[in-house]
Formats: sequence, C-alpha cells, structure tokens
Amino acid sequence: MSDPSRSPGSPGPGQRPVEMGVALFVLALGAITMIGSLQVGIGWGAEGPKSGFFPFWVGLIIVLASARNFWRALEISPARMFAEWSQIAQVRKVVIPMAIYVALVPFLGIYVSSALLIAGFMRWLGRYGWLMTLVISIVLPILIYFTFEDWFLVPLPKGPLEDWLGL
Amino acid sequence: MGVMSKRWRACAVVAATAMAAGSFASAANAWEPTRTVEFIVPAGTGGGADQMARVIQGIIAKHHLMKQTMVVINKAGGAGGEGFLDIKGAKGNPHKLVITLSNLFTTPMATGIPFSWKDMTPVSMMALDEFVLWVNAESPFKTTADYVNAIKSGPPGKYKMGGTGSKQEDQIITVALEKAVGQKLTYVPYKGGGEVAVQLVGKHVDSTVNNPIEGVAQWRAGALRPLCVFDGKPLPVTDKIAGDKSWADIPTCKSQGLDIEYLMLRGVFMPSGVPKEAVAYYVDLLKKVRETPEWAQLMHDGAFNTTTMSGDEYTKWVENEQKRHHELMKEAGFLATTN
Amino acid sequence: MEGIGDLLHGFGVVLSWANFLYMLIGITLGVIIGVLPGLGGANGVAILLPLTFSMPPTSAIILLSCIYWGALFGGAITSILFNIPGEPWSVATTFDGHPMAQKGQAGEALTAAFTSSFVGALFAVIVITLAAPLVAKFALEFGPAEKFSVFFLAFCSFVGMGKEPPSKTIAAMMLGFALAAVGTDTVTGGLRLTFGSTELLSGFDFLVAVIGLFGIGEILLTMEEGLSFKGKATGINPTVVLQTWKGLPRYWFTSLRACIIGCWMGITPAGATPASFMSYGIAKRSSKDGEKFGTGVIEGVIAPETAAHAAGTSALLPMLALGVPGSPTAAVLLGGLLIWGLQPGPLLFVEQKDFVWGLIASMYLGNVVGLAVVLTMVPMFAAILRVPFGIIAPVILVICAIGAYTVHNNTFDVTMMLVFGVVGYFFKKCNYPLAPLVLAIVLGDKAEEAFRQSLLLSGGSISVFWSSSLVTTIMALGLVALLWGGISRALNRAFDRRSRTA
Repeated sequence: MSDPSRSPGSPGPGQRPVEMGVALFVLALGAITMIGSLQVGIGWGAEGPKSGFFPFWVGLIIVLASARNFWRALEISPARMFAEWSQIAQVRKVVIPMAIYVALVPFLGIYVSSALLIAGFMRWLGRYGWLMTLVISIVLPILIYFTFEDWFLVPLPKGPLEDWLGL
Repeated sequence: MGVMSKRWRACAVVAATAMAAGSFASAANAWEPTRTVEFIVPAGTGGGADQMARVIQGIIAKHHLMKQTMVVINKAGGAGGEGFLDIKGAKGNPHKLVITLSNLFTTPMATGIPFSWKDMTPVSMMALDEFVLWVNAESPFKTTADYVNAIKSGPPGKYKMGGTGSKQEDQIITVALEKAVGQKLTYVPYKGGGEVAVQLVGKHVDSTVNNPIEGVAQWRAGALRPLCVFDGKPLPVTDKIAGDKSWADIPTCKSQGLDIEYLMLRGVFMPSGVPKEAVAYYVDLLKKVRETPEWAQLMHDGAFNTTTMSGDEYTKWVENEQKRHHELMKEAGFLATTN
Repeated sequence: MEGIGDLLHGFGVVLSWANFLYMLIGITLGVIIGVLPGLGGANGVAILLPLTFSMPPTSAIILLSCIYWGALFGGAITSILFNIPGEPWSVATTFDGHPMAQKGQAGEALTAAFTSSFVGALFAVIVITLAAPLVAKFALEFGPAEKFSVFFLAFCSFVGMGKEPPSKTIAAMMLGFALAAVGTDTVTGGLRLTFGSTELLSGFDFLVAVIGLFGIGEILLTMEEGLSFKGKATGINPTVVLQTWKGLPRYWFTSLRACIIGCWMGITPAGATPASFMSYGIAKRSSKDGEKFGTGVIEGVIAPETAAHAAGTSALLPMLALGVPGSPTAAVLLGGLLIWGLQPGPLLFVEQKDFVWGLIASMYLGNVVGLAVVLTMVPMFAAILRVPFGIIAPVILVICAIGAYTVHNNTFDVTMMLVFGVVGYFFKKCNYPLAPLVLAIVLGDKAEEAFRQSLLLSGGSISVFWSSSLVTTIMALGLVALLWGGISRALNRAFDRRSRTA
C-alpha cells in the first residue's frame, strides 16, 4: 500500500488506481508462477505432464485475466472512491501494530508479543484504563499458555522471558 | 572428514565441560529433560514413522519412563525436509528428537534441500522395516517367478507398481526390480502406504512393495498375496496370519531369483551439539521402550527386523547407508540436478 | 438387517455411566479444539491417547471419537461469529453464517449449524449401519481417475455462480491453484515454485490462507467501518433454539441433498471440505432464494454444515474397513487402534464385533449428547459478540496468529497470514471472490496429483477420464453442473416457447 500525501481536495484514494494496483499485483504473481514453472519444466512427458505444466498454464491464465482486469479498471470512473482517508487510517491502525507484532514474535516469543499487542490495541484504540488493559493483556497470554502448552501440549514460540522463567 | 572430526572434538569438549560441571554437584549428575520433549516426524500422520513415534510416545506415557511429557509433531513438508531442517536449526537443543525413515538420505539427494544426517546426532536404531512384494490375491501370479515372467513378456511399462512417494524407498526398490528383471514397470506414487495397499486391493495397480504392517490387514482378509520379501533371510514371525501362512513362510526375493535387498531405517536422532549425557539419557530411555510388551507387540505385528544399535556402531551404519543410497539414487537417476 | 441386531448389541456395550461421562468430556474438549484454530482434532486425540491406555478399548475410542464430534460441531462457532473458520470444512459456513451474525441472527445461525451437523452426521451413521460392507467395496472402486472426476465434480458445482466479473473470478481461482502448487510436487518428488527458499518447502497451507483472507481481512474491513461489529445488538435469548427449529423443516430437501453429497464425498475419499463447498454451490443454484445467498440466509448455513458432517462421519468407514484414514484426526485414531492391538481392515468387522458396533453405537449417542451440549451453549456463544471490539479484536488477532503458527510450527506462516489478510481486504474491496481461491488451494494439488497419477496409469492417454462407466458418469455430472446455468436457461426458453405455442 503506497502512502501518497493526502491532498486536501480529495476525501480518499480512487477506486481506479487501487483496482489497477491489485490487477498488477496479481499479474506479477502470475508471472512469478510462470517463471518458477519454466525452471522445473513445463512439457508434457511420456508419462503425462511435468512438474511445471499445470502451474505454467495457471500462471498464464492469471496474467491474461489480470491484464483484462487492469483494462477494465481503466474504465472505472475517476470519481469513484475506494475509501475515505479516515477509513484508511483506521485500517492502518490494525495493520501496522500487526506487522510489528509479527516481526516481534520470533524474538520475544508469542506470549510477550501478544501481551504487547493486546495492551497496545486496548489502550490506543479502545481507550481503556490502564488497570483493565494490564489485567487483560497479562491474564490472556497466561491463559493461552496453559491451554496450549500445558493442556494440549502444543509448543508455541518462546522468547527470553520464558527462558528466564525456565518454562 | 575434517569437518567431522572437528565436530566430534567439539562434542567431546562440551561433554568434558559438562562432566566437570557435574562433578561439583554431589547429587547424581545424570541428565534429565527439564521441559516437554518434541518428537518430530518428518512424514504425514498415519504413516509407518508416525505410527512408531506415537507408539513410543504412548509407551513412555503408559510406563512413566520420563518425567516430562513427549509430544509428537508432524513436519512432512518437502518430503520430510521441513522436519529435518527444523532439527538442523535446533542445534544444541536436547529436548528435540526426530524419527527417520529413508527420506533422511533420499530427500536431500532428490530435492537438494540443504541438510544431511551429519547435521544430527544419531541416538538409536529402533528397528529396520521390511519390504514385501505384494500382488492382488485374485491375480494369476502365485509366485515371484510368475510375476517376473509376466513383466518380462509384456511391453515396457505394462505392469504398474504403486508406492509411497516419489524418488524414495519404494521407487528405489522398483528401479532395482526393473534392473533385475530387465523390463520397465510403471511406477505410480501415492501419499501414504495404507492408500497404496487399498489401490492394489482395488486393482488400480498390479503390485506394491508395502511394508508388512501396511499390507497385513488386507492379506489376512484374503485380498492381497505376498510374493517375496526384500531381505537376506525370511521374516522371523511364525504365527499363522492368513490361512496356514505366516510371515516366515514368505520366501526371500533372493531365493526367487531377484537379488534385491532393502531395509529401511527406523531410527531416532537428535540435533547436533547436544551434551553427551543427553544422548546417553535417550539411548537408555529408548532401550527401556524396547523392553516393554507393547513394543514387542508392534515388532511382532509389523514383522519388523529387530536389529538395534546405538553409539559408534550406529553412526557407522548410517554412514554406510548414506553411501549406499547415494549409489542407488545415482543409478536410478534420482539425484537433484542442483546438487 | 443383521446390522440392526449388531447395533443393538453395540448399544449394550456402550451404555454405561462411565462411558456417558467420557462422552461429555470428549464433546466439551472437542468443542474447545474446534473453536481455537490452532488446535485440530488431531491434537486433542493425540494428547488424550496415552491417557486412554488404562481404559477398555471401547471406552477409549468413545472418548476419542467424541472429541472428533465436538471438533466438528465447534468449527462452526468461530466461522459464524468472527468469520474465522476453525476447521477447513467450516469455510463455506462463513459465507452465510457470518452475515447472519452481522444481522444480529448469530443465535439462529449457530442453532441451524449445530442442528445441521447433527442431521448430517446421523444420516451418515445410518448409512454406515445399514451398508458398511457395501460402502467399503464401493470405496475400492476409486482409483486416481475416479478421484480426479470427483474433484472435477466438486469444482464444477461450485464455480461460475458468483456475481463477480468472470475475469476476476478466474484470476482469483487460478491464484489459488498457483498457491497450491508451491512446495513439493508429490508426483516427481521434486520442489517447484520455492525459488530456493526453505520456508516455502511445505507450500501455502490452506488454514494460513483462510485465517488471513477471512479472519484478518474481516477485521480490517470492520476497522474501516468503525470500531465495532455490525449489528451486535442481540440480547441473550434462551428460546432462540426453539424458534429456529420451527423454521428448519422447510429446508428438508436441502438437508437431504446435503446428506447425500456429504456421504458420497466422505466415502469417495474426497473429504468434508469439498463436500461443504459443493453442497453450498448446488444449494445456491437450485434454491429459489439463490440470489440472496451470501447475504445471510439460513439455507446457506444448512447446506454446507450438513454435508461437511455427513462427509466427516462417513469418512470413518473407509478407515475402519480399509485402514486408510480420511483425515489427520482419523489417522491418529488409527494409530490408537494399533496400540490397542486392533488391526483396522476388512476383518475388523468380523473379529472385533464388540468394538466396531460399540463405536457405531457411540456415534449415535455421541451425536445426541453433542447436540445437547452445544445447543445449551448457543446463547452463551452468541453473547460473545457483546464483548467490545477494542478487547475482542486483538484477542482474535492473537488467536489467528497462534492458529497460523501451529500449522507448521513456523513463524513464517504468521507473516504469511498477515499478507493474506491485507490481500483479502483489497480483494474484497475490489470485488474479487475469495471462495474460488480458497477452494482451489484446498483441491488444487490433490486434483493435480490424481490427474497425473491417472495419466501415469494410462501411459499418458487422456482417454482414461472416460474409460469406465463410473468415471464417465461423474465427469458428465461435472460438465452438467458447470454448464447448468446455460442449460437451465435453454430449458426455460424451450419451455416458454412451448407454452406459448400451446
């Protein structure tokens, strides 16, 4: 998602550029699929299709369909809005913490990261008091720990805190 | 070899340090796991390796052989590469075990996934799994010779061999069989051994090289017929299984003119760089597992070859097996080009 | 009719207070497992397996199979409430279940889902009771060509029904196929589309994609529209179950059809997930309210749920009779059988009568007990939606992340989940349908594998797909399903003309 400067004139990004972007994104994926298929062989051997046969054609269809989608996107009226800037900002408020969370999990483990995510979300977006925020963000990961690790014996990623606690 | 000896030296140093540390403590210094032990299965649920891992887990739990719990985790992706890479990445973690099948050797060779058994510490060989040549009981082939002659006389690829996975043990045996007979077979890969057996019962393929445990239920039900076993000597189990036939009554393929021997390792490994005491602990634990009646039952039901090894003997065995697989894979043309 | 005598004997084996208690424990555990996307039935079964060695095999298998039932029931809960399918077979349940919850009909949707599960499973158990040996024999007919034709049929009956532009539907579906192809190619044993990355070895798991596209995507959409769930205004209504039940008999035909589709897909080893999609697709096309599907109609919950559970249940039969597990959970159960010294296979029905009929009897009882347990919880589940978004949203995010992680025990999947979430948001906003994408991820590699196995068997000749009557019939059905829109239009036109001339 690009972050164009907010022009005060428009209340939000147009549907047209977004649709074009999505079509190009899918087209790129199709092209990658085709390249990957070419690497493993796309022929029809004596014993039926090779590894890359299906993915190659699938990739080609993706490229063609996306080209069509791109073309259709050009016809969308420039006036049609994708969403308001304020709405985009709302979405970003989840995507950015989530991205940080995902990046933290391998280092801090899932429990500490989850506590941070829940706390941040409740405090920043939900505007809950500190007490409520702390209680829920600490109790919940502990609950998850007991459910998964202790009860169902499913090991989840752990970090320095867990090592220190000897869990 | 240079790398190896350095690695062993490193192990020895670690071990010596650990022992020195241990000698300060007056209490018994035997190593014991301090958290849940993960038992990785580099194959899907329901296969031979998975079953064995779950039986071991069950036995340990039932007989309280370990204070900590053991969990079985399947990591089947990339023909087991996912599981082996996990072990490779867990260097020095003494709370991780892996059970292997032949994909320990074949997967890196066939796919170029970067790992080898040298990235792991051998713990113990639990058993060797046998392979049997099976045909449908309604087929006209009563003996190995019948089937071999039919293959010889037919056009190339007329007879279809079903097997588990591609470029793995079943296909290696199939290629060896083709070579011995001098005629091509059509090899069709399926996901699991049970599925392969059912495909043979449904006559979608002409033969399989299922493990005994994968074929036994259908044999008892009179749907499959074993022709020969790919081992140097007949199977040890003499209980009557189907009619008056027992596992021991199946002739060796060698005696039937097919000079092919293949056994599959069911062994346990750990990550590299783990303390020697930890290895010793698991060697002992698995020894206790093998002494239980449940284990004896599994060995009996699956007509396993009950050879077991650990320590240097086992390491040497694995090394030989690695060389042998390299030869077999090379001959069959299964080596990855990226290697 | 021998089956009925055996069944009565089975009830005799099962009916005891201890076993009843095990059922309750099993169902409750199963529901929890079904609710949390990080836990599959296989986890629950595997973890309890060691505990069951001290019980008689019949009690043990009752406990374990009740976890299975519970998980089947529980999968629908998060699908309906949060658009997060806890199990793959509940994806189709989200299509109408979640919109119903948004409209404030969570209780109705849950009741319909649970009741349908029960009906589907019961139908399948009856089929097993009456026709076990016959069904097992039928399953043997299924080689790769037959399997491919079933996948083909499942696909055809689902595609080509959306209102989205065809080029977008095609792009989305093909993207699903491409994602399914990443990883190991089972036919050649080689890797493809991994570009040397070890993370991509195991490919894109269906659950990761679904949790991202549906679960995270939904939260992003909700955020866009403000910080709350739409239409959470339902109070706790204890009589919702009875009210919903009154309306259900109207859909008896949808139910019956879903039962048959489910049993068929469960016995031919296609499984519960394609069954649910196929049933949903057919219901949408043939219903008078077809146009409203996807906006929250109860029929759109009944069709997939009934089929999924009929399939999930009837899939146990090939496992017992042939020794081939239909799902990972079934595979772990199978391992359990072996430890107890029970050898699954054709002779299990002869040699272990007590056990087999005890199990079948426990299927009847487990289902009844399960339904009672989950229905009493309906008002409670529906009330979860009253928890403020500011608290529940991060909790859902965390649970989604755990669910994605546990698929391969890999944090890479958590990253992928977020990527899928963002993609899902844009796709939804740009009118790309997600359902064909998901269906293609589920069925893609299986269908390709079956296709290529068939060609190996036929020596490369494509005629294998119309070589036997069974294959030809299924393929023809598939084509009819694919072209159904055109055919029905043509029929209508012909009918109109005739009525005009008459």
